[in-house]
Amino acid sequence: MASVAPAISGPHQYLQAQTRWSRVEIAFWLATLLPFVVAPNYLVLASQVAITALFALSLDLILGYAGIVSLGHAAFFGFGAYTAGIISKYGWGEPLSGLLISGIAAGLLGYLMSFVIARFRHLALIMITLGFGFLLLEAANSASWLTGGADGLQGVRMWPLLGIFKFDLWGVTSYWYSLIVLFLLFLVSRRLIHSPFGLSLRGIRENIVRMRAIGAESRAHLQKVYTISAAMAGIAGAVLTQTTETVSLGVLDFQRSADLLVMLILGGAGRLYGGIVGAILYMVARDQFSGINPQYWYFPIGVLLIAVVLFLPNGILGGLAKITASERLQKWMRTLPPWLRGAS
Amino acid sequence: MRRTFVGAAVAVLLAATSANAQQTIKIGVVMSFSGQFADPGAQIDGGIKLYMKQHGDMVAGKKIEIIRKDSGGIAPDVAKRLSQEVIVREGATILAGYDLTPNALAAADVSAQAKTFMVNMNAATSVITTKSPYMARTSFTVWAVNESLGAWAYKSGVRKVYTLVSDFGPGWDGEAAFTKGFKDAGGEIIGSARYPVANLDFTAFIQRAKDANPDGIYIWVPGGPQPAAIGKAIAERGIDKSKVKVMGQGELTYEDALKSMGDAGLGLITAFHYDYNHQSAMNKAFVAAYNAEFKRNPDMFSAGGYDGMHLIYESLKKTNGSTDGDALIAAAKGMKWESPRGPMMIDPETRDVVQTVYIRRVEKVNGALVNVEFDKVENVKDPWKARQPK
Repeated sequence: MASVAPAISGPHQYLQAQTRWSRVEIAFWLATLLPFVVAPNYLVLASQVAITALFALSLDLILGYAGIVSLGHAAFFGFGAYTAGIISKYGWGEPLSGLLISGIAAGLLGYLMSFVIARFRHLALIMITLGFGFLLLEAANSASWLTGGADGLQGVRMWPLLGIFKFDLWGVTSYWYSLIVLFLLFLVSRRLIHSPFGLSLRGIRENIVRMRAIGAESRAHLQKVYTISAAMAGIAGAVLTQTTETVSLGVLDFQRSADLLVMLILGGAGRLYGGIVGAILYMVARDQFSGINPQYWYFPIGVLLIAVVLFLPNGILGGLAKITASERLQKWMRTLPPWLRGAS
Repeated sequence: MRRTFVGAAVAVLLAATSANAQQTIKIGVVMSFSGQFADPGAQIDGGIKLYMKQHGDMVAGKKIEIIRKDSGGIAPDVAKRLSQEVIVREGATILAGYDLTPNALAAADVSAQAKTFMVNMNAATSVITTKSPYMARTSFTVWAVNESLGAWAYKSGVRKVYTLVSDFGPGWDGEAAFTKGFKDAGGEIIGSARYPVANLDFTAFIQRAKDANPDGIYIWVPGGPQPAAIGKAIAERGIDKSKVKVMGQGELTYEDALKSMGDAGLGLITAFHYDYNHQSAMNKAFVAAYNAEFKRNPDMFSAGGYDGMHLIYESLKKTNGSTDGDALIAAAKGMKWESPRGPMMIDPETRDVVQTVYIRRVEKVNGALVNVEFDKVENVKDPWKARQPK
C-alpha cells in the first residue's frame, strides 16, 4: 500500500519496493489480535473468519493474480476437510500432521486437475471447475461408508494442539490456531506474489498470448500456482474440520464456492488483502444481520454487494487505493507529520 | 488440567449470568431461517410462537426469551458455532430447534460439553440423541415410522414389495427400516431401486416397479416437487392402487404435494406421526389457532416445535425454573402428555420420542384431498436404538 513510491530504476528495485512492509500492514496484523481482548465472546466466529480468509486468499492467488476463474474451489477445501476428518476418525487426531497431510492431499488433487485447467481460459474454466465441484460432491455423497454421506462424518476427535491446548468451547485455541496458519500462509503468498514468478502470473493474466511471444511459458506457471492454491484451500478446509470437529457435504457445496467469489469481489480481487478483507466484512456482516433478522438477512448483504460493485468496481481495497492515490489527498497528506503518512 | 480450566470458566460464566438468569431464561433456537430449508424452519418457529402465545412467556416465575439463529441449510460447522455462541455470548441455557441431521449432530457436541439441555425439534436420524446425554427429541425417527409401516404392510396382506427410495442417507434409512419391518414379519422384497436425489421424471422407475409385479410398492421421498411427480407417474403407468398398495413415509402426501398431484394421489398409503387432519378435539383447536395466527395449516414441523416448547415448559416447571442440564433432562425423561398428534412420551432410557404411528390413506373429503387415518400402531419407540449394543 505504498502511496509515494521512490523512483524505480528496474524490475528488481520494483519487486524490492513491493516487499517492504508498510505500517498499515503491520497495524492490520496487530489488529487481528484484538478479538482476544475486545471480543472474547466472538473468538469462535473470529476463527471461522480466519479460515474463510485463508480460503479466499487461495482463490485470490489463481483468480486475482493468474486469471483462472473458478466456481468450484470448494472442491479442494472440501477435499482437505474430509482428509483431515477421515484421518482423525481412524485414530490419528494430531492436528499439525493432519493439517500437513490434508494440504498435500489437496495439492496432489490440484496438481492432477491443473493439467486440464492450464489448457483453458474464461468461460470454459467456469464450466470445468463447476462440473468438477459437482462430481466431487456426488462422489462424497455416494461413498457414505467413508464420508458418512448426507449425515456428515461422525467420530472426528482432535487431540490437543501440541499436546497441550485443547480445542475449547470459547474458541481460544481455535482462533490462535487458525490465525497462525493464516499468517504463515499469507507470508508464503506474499513472497510468491512479489517474486518474478508472481510477476509473470500477472503477465499471464493480462495477456497470455504476449507472454508466450516473449518466451515465458505460461502452462507450467499456471499449473504451479493452481497446485499451490489447491493445497492452501485444502489446509483451510482441514483447519475448519479440526476446529469444529465436524465435516459434512456442505464443505463441498457450490454455495461455498459462490460465497467465496462474492467475498473476493467485495474485498478486491488481485490484492493480497482483498480476500481477507472481504471475508471479514462478509462474515461479520452476516453474523450481525442474521442476528437482527434470522429470516431476511440476505437482503442487506445483497444491498451491500450491489453498492460495492456499483461504486467500488475494484472492491473495497481497490476503492481505498484509488482514494489514497488521488491528488487532493496526496496534497493533504504532505501536510501531515512524516510518521503518520505511512511507509513511503 | 485443561478440563478443570474449562470447568472453572463455565462456573465463572454461569455466576456472571446468574444475576440475569434470575428473571430470564434464554433459549437458543438454531435452525434454517433462510435458504432451501427456510419453510420448514418457519413452520417449526410457528409451533414455537403459537405455544408461547397460548401459554404465556412466564414459566416458574421466569421470563422465557427466544434467541433465533439462522444456520442457513446443511452446515454443521455453522450450526455448531451458533450453538456455542448463543451459550457463550448471549447466555442461553437451553438449546432448541435443529431441522437437519448433520446440524443436530454437530450441535450435540456443544450440548454434551456445556451440559446444556437440548430439544431436537425435527432432525429425524436415529443416532442423533445418542450424541448428547442432555438431548431429547420431539419429532420422529425415520426408523420408527418406516419399520412400523413395513410390519403393518405384511399384516394387511401385502407379501411381495418393490422399494424405491431417494439415493441419500435418509432414503437408505427408510429402505432399510421398511425392509426390516416387512421381512421380519415374513414378507419378501422382490426388487429395489434408488433414484438420483434431484430426479424429476419417475416414469422409468415406476414402470420397472410395475414390471416386477409386486403387490406393494414402497417409496421414500423427501418433501419438495418429487412427491407430486411420483404420484403422477404412478397414475400414468396405470397402477391400480386397489390391487397394488403404494406406501411411503408422510412426505409423499404432504398438503402441498397433494395439491399439485390432484386426483392422481387418491389411494396412496402413508405412515406418519402427525397430520393436520388428525381427528381429535385438541388437534382441531390447534389447527384453528395455527390458521388464525399464520394463515396456513400446521404440519409435522409445527408439531415438533409446539411439542418441543411444551417439553421445555413442563421440564422447567418440574425443576422450578432451574436450567441445570442434569436437572432438566431428568425432568424430561419419562414425561407424558397429550399433544395435537395424540399421546406422546419421552423415553426415559433413550430420551427419544415414543408416540403413535398412524397409517393413512388419501381420500377426498368435502372436495379436498386429505390423509385419512384408518389404522395405527401405538407406543412406537425408536427400534434402531433398541437394537444397538448397550
